Amino acid sequence: MNSNVTVQPGPTRTSHPIWGRVRIGLRSLAPLLALGLVTIGFAIADAIWGQGHFSEMRNLRVILVFTAPVAVAALGMTLVIIAGGIDLSAGTAAMLCTTVLATALKEDVSVYLAILLALGVGALCGVSNGLLIGLLRIPPFIVTLGTMTIFLGIAKRLAQGSTVFVERDKIPDWLLNLSSTMPPDWSMFMPNIAIGVWLALAISIAVHVLLKHTVLGRQLFAIGSSEATARLCGVHVLGTKVIVYALAGILVGVAGIYSFSLVKMANPVEGIGRELRFIAAVVIGGGSLSGGYGSVIGTLAGATIMGVIASGCDQLGIQNSTQDIMIGAIIIAAVTLDQARRRRHESDM
Amino acid sequence: MMPRLAMKNISKRFGATHALQDISLEAYSHETLSLIGENGAGKSTLMKVLSGAYTPDSGTMTLDGHPFAPRGPSDARRAGVAMIYQELSLAPDLSIEENIMLGQERSRFGFVRKSDHRRRVREVLGLLGRSELNMDRTVQSLSIGTQQIVEIARGLASNAKVIVFDEPTSSLSRQDVVELFQLIERLEKQGLAVVYISHFLEEIREVAKRYQVLRDGKGAGQGMIDEVSNDQIVALMVGRDVHDLFPTVMHHIGSPILSVKGLSGEVTPHSVNFELRAGEILGIFGLIGSGRTETLRILMGLDRGRADAITIRKSPIGNGVKQRMRQGMGMVSEDRKREGLFQAMSIVDNLTMSHLDPYSRYGMIGLTRRRNGAREWMKRLSIKGRSPDQSIYQLSGGNQQKVAIARVLHENASILLLDEPTRGIDVGTKSEVYRWIGELAASGKSIIFVSSYLPELMAICDRIGVMTSGDLREVRDTSEWTESEILTTAVTTQSDT
Repeated sequence: MNSNVTVQPGPTRTSHPIWGRVRIGLRSLAPLLALGLVTIGFAIADAIWGQGHFSEMRNLRVILVFTAPVAVAALGMTLVIIAGGIDLSAGTAAMLCTTVLATALKEDVSVYLAILLALGVGALCGVSNGLLIGLLRIPPFIVTLGTMTIFLGIAKRLAQGSTVFVERDKIPDWLLNLSSTMPPDWSMFMPNIAIGVWLALAISIAVHVLLKHTVLGRQLFAIGSSEATARLCGVHVLGTKVIVYALAGILVGVAGIYSFSLVKMANPVEGIGRELRFIAAVVIGGGSLSGGYGSVIGTLAGATIMGVIASGCDQLGIQNSTQDIMIGAIIIAAVTLDQARRRRHESDM
Repeated sequence: MMPRLAMKNISKRFGATHALQDISLEAYSHETLSLIGENGAGKSTLMKVLSGAYTPDSGTMTLDGHPFAPRGPSDARRAGVAMIYQELSLAPDLSIEENIMLGQERSRFGFVRKSDHRRRVREVLGLLGRSELNMDRTVQSLSIGTQQIVEIARGLASNAKVIVFDEPTSSLSRQDVVELFQLIERLEKQGLAVVYISHFLEEIREVAKRYQVLRDGKGAGQGMIDEVSNDQIVALMVGRDVHDLFPTVMHHIGSPILSVKGLSGEVTPHSVNFELRAGEILGIFGLIGSGRTETLRILMGLDRGRADAITIRKSPIGNGVKQRMRQGMGMVSEDRKREGLFQAMSIVDNLTMSHLDPYSRYGMIGLTRRRNGAREWMKRLSIKGRSPDQSIYQLSGGNQQKVAIARVLHENASILLLDEPTRGIDVGTKSEVYRWIGELAASGKSIIFVSSYLPELMAICDRIGVMTSGDLREVRDTSEWTESEILTTAVTTQSDT
C-alpha cells in the first residue's frame, strides 16, 4: 500500500554552507589570535620600555624550549578532557617519570632503557588512573586527586626524600640538547631550534591526526559528549578510557624527560601544581571541562601564550606575581568568551 | 468580552529566519486555548515571547487590558504568566512548600515568614484539590505527576492570570493525565486563562475549547475545537491534506528470529517471554514504570539482567552492546536529549558513530567518504540540515529524532528496538517514521515498537503485548485486541500487585 503522506522539505535556515564552515574555522583560530595579540603586545612593550631582547631569535628559542614540556603534557590532558575526564595527577606523575629517569641514569642503567623506563612508568600511571576511574566508577577528579599524592609519595621514596642529581658525564649529549636553548647546528634546512621542540611538533601532528581522523579520536569526543550515547553506539567505554589515560600518561612521561633535560636533576615536589598549567593550556585553547570540546591547535596556543607571558614579563622586569595574575585573567577570559560563543550558537535556533 | 491575554501582530526574526510573523492570539478567562503546530512552527518561540525570554521585534501584548511588555521571565511571572514546561524546574532537595514559595518568599527584616508561607501553600494546594499533600515532603520523593502539581501550585501562588502548559503529558502516566485534566478544569473555574500545547489531538479535544494553529511561524487558522475534524486540524498544521496518518506497508512475516525466555532485571522486569519473527512489528504497550524500557535496555546489553535463554537465529545472544550489534540488534532510545544523541556533535558523527567500519581502514576514517555517506542518508530520510557537519542541537526535535533513527538504519540492524520513537515529534514526521517501520518489516527486518501512545500501536503493529508491573502479560494479534482491552489490562493488573 502506498501512503499519501509525503513531507516536502520546508523552509530551513537559510545560511550558506561555506559560511558555516568558515565560522567553525574562525572559532578554532581564536586561541591563535589571542597568542598573536599577546606576542605583539609584548614585542611592542619591550621595544618601548625594555631592552628589545624579547623579539630576538634567542628569546624565541627559550620560549619554545620552556613551552615544549608543558605543551606535550597538555596534549595528553587534551585527550583526557575531550573524553570528559580530568587528570590532576599529571604534574606529580611527570616528576615521578623525571625521578625514575634520573635515578636510572645515576645507577648507570643504559640511557635507552632509562628513557623506556620513564615512559613505561608514565603509561603505568595512566593505566592505573583509567582502570580506577572505569572499574570503581569514581569521578576522575577524585581518583586523580588520590593518585596525585600517591605518585608524589612514590617519587619521594625513590629519591629518598631529597633531590636526585646526576653527574654530567652520565648524561648523553643528545639528551642534553633535547631542551637546549643553544642547540648545535644539526640541520641546514630547519631553523636552529632544539630537537625537543621539533619532537613536540611531531607529537602534536600525531595527536591532531588521532583526534580528527581516527575511530579512536571520534570515540573520545563521543564519550566526552555523552557517555550514555556512546554506550548505546557500542563504544567500549571502559577500554577507551584506559587507552586515553595511558596515552596521556606516555605524554606525561615525555614531558618528564624534557624536564630532566632542562634541569639535569629531579626533585619530586617540583611536580606539585604543574598539572594546573597543563589544564590551563587546554582551557585557554577552548577545551571544555564538561567534555566533548578541545583541539590540538588550541592547546598549543594556550601553552605558548603562557610561555610568552612568562618570557615577556621576565624581559620587562615584571614581577612573577604579575605573571600569575595575567595567566589567571586569561583563563577566565578564554572560558567566558567560549561560553558566550556557545550560548549564541544555541540560541541560533 | 475582554480577553485575559491578547498578543497582537507579534513578529520575531533570528537572522534571516522569520520565527514569528504577525501572529495574534487571544486567551479568555474560564477556558482553555490549545496551541497546535508541528515542531518548528513557532509555538515555543511565541511562548518564549509571552514568558519574557524573548523580546518581540514588533507587536504588543496586553494582560487584562493593561499593556504587558515583560523585561524578563521573572517580570512576566510577577505580572501573572505561569509556564509549566515538559521538563520541570523544581529543586529536588527542597520541600513542597519551599518549592512553591521559591522566588516569592515573604519576609520581615530578612527572616522568612514561615506561617504566611504555609497559609499560602495550603491555600493553593486547596485550590488544586490536593490539600492532603504533606508540604514538608521533599519534591524528589514525589511521583512525576505530583511534581507537576507542585509546579502548577507555584504558578498559582504568584497570582497567575494565564497559565501555559507546554506538552505537559509526555512524561505522565495515563492516570496522571486524567488528574491533570481535572486540574485544568479547576484552573478554568478559578477564572484563569489556560494555554495548552500538545501534539496529541485526542488530548486537545478533551481539554480545550478553542484552538489556534501555527505553521511556519504564521497563524494558519483558529476556531472552536468542536467544529473541526482531526483531519482538518492536521491539514492546517501541515498545509496540505493528509489522508493517512498511519501509513502501513504490506509485509510478510517469516520464521522466528529472536526468542526471549524468562528475562528479568534488577528491579524490573520480573518475567518477560516472547518470540519475534522476521518481518514482524511487535508492539509493546505499558505505562511508565511497567518495565518496558528496562526490557529493551537489558536486551540491548545496556543494563544488567538475567534470562533463562535469549537466542538470536537459534544461537545464544552475545555479551555486551557491541557483540549484540554484530548479531543485528540496534536500539533507539526514548531519551533523545541525554542518551539518544550526542547533542554537541555533528549530524555525521551522530549518524555513523555506531558503524564506522565502512569508512575506516586500520582505524583511520575516510572523512570525505563518511560525509558523503551521511549526506546520502540525510537525503533519503529528508533530514533538514545545513550540512552533515551541523551540530545536532541546532536541528528541530523531529529532525533530531530522524538522525537517531537513521543511525540504526545506517547500522543495517535487523532487529530494531524502538523505544518511543515518535515521542515529541510532529505529525508529519510521525507518519514518516511509521512508513519507515513498515518498509523495514517489508524488507524482512524485525521491530519491537515500545509506546504509550495506543493509536499508533494499533495502527502499525502485527502483534501487541501489554506490560504491567514488570511482566509482559499478554501478546495477541492486533486484530484480537480492542483499545479498551489493552488499557484495562495495563491498568488493572498494575493495581493488583
